[in-house]
Amino acid sequence: MASFEQQIVDLRDYLFKFARLQLRNEAWAEDAVSETVLAALSKPQAFEQRSQLKSWLVGILKHKIIDLLRQHGREVSASSASAEDDADPLDLIGYQADGHFTEAPADWGNPEQELHSHQFMVMMDACANKLPAVQGRLFLMREWLELSVEEICKDLNLTPTNLYVQLHRARLRLRACLELNWFAKPTAS
Amino acid sequence: PLNRTCKEVTALVIAREDRVLPLVERLAIGIHMAICDTCPVFERQILTMRHALHQWRNYQETDGDASPGKPPD
Repeated sequence: MASFEQQIVDLRDYLFKFARLQLRNEAWAEDAVSETVLAALSKPQAFEQRSQLKSWLVGILKHKIIDLLRQHGREVSASSASAEDDADPLDLIGYQADGHFTEAPADWGNPEQELHSHQFMVMMDACANKLPAVQGRLFLMREWLELSVEEICKDLNLTPTNLYVQLHRARLRLRACLELNWFAKPTAS
Repeated sequence: PLNRTCKEVTALVIAREDRVLPLVERLAIGIHMAICDTCPVFERQILTMRHALHQWRNYQETDGDASPGKPPD
């Protein structure tokens, strides 16, 4: 059985993957993981075996990521986006001139079982990773760090309108990615 | 006016994930969904995504060792 300290150190890669997904910046992700490991090692009594070690560390990591996002403020939402990133994905869904669908959206069926599968989670990771950097950060602040719109706007000095636009684009991109790579596959039904 | 096109309604269905819509917009969605064959399908996709994101968040905090698979298209 590895020591408590060794178990924490062994989970660094696992934590780094999440930090990088959220922060889209290797150096910031390294900092977040280092801060997490230091905090965990300095207060082992806080763990008390109440939860899985992984869950406890992810909880600490989330706080460290939020601290980093606040610290880097404007950098987090400053866009170096290409024209493609700035395009509205809604325009990629086919609409007629009168605003009605040219073709009905695909029926994804009732994928309750699939949503629990490891393969589906791998695809969610891949699709989230594929979001443009700013959209990805803001979307995951909302969906993974579970921050409110008000908190995100305050932390990053964004207007709600600006944030809503980015979240709208991120959700539509994620939908398109899942449809293309999962729900449209014959094996998914 | 309460009549909305499919494009306007799909945008509202997405917006609803992040903010509480004004009553008039919620009413417009309800009226449109009652007479449209295609928008309810899109709405179900968004609800599925909401559920998937919830599962994904739980998965990441417990088992989350999803190693990178084939990059999405």
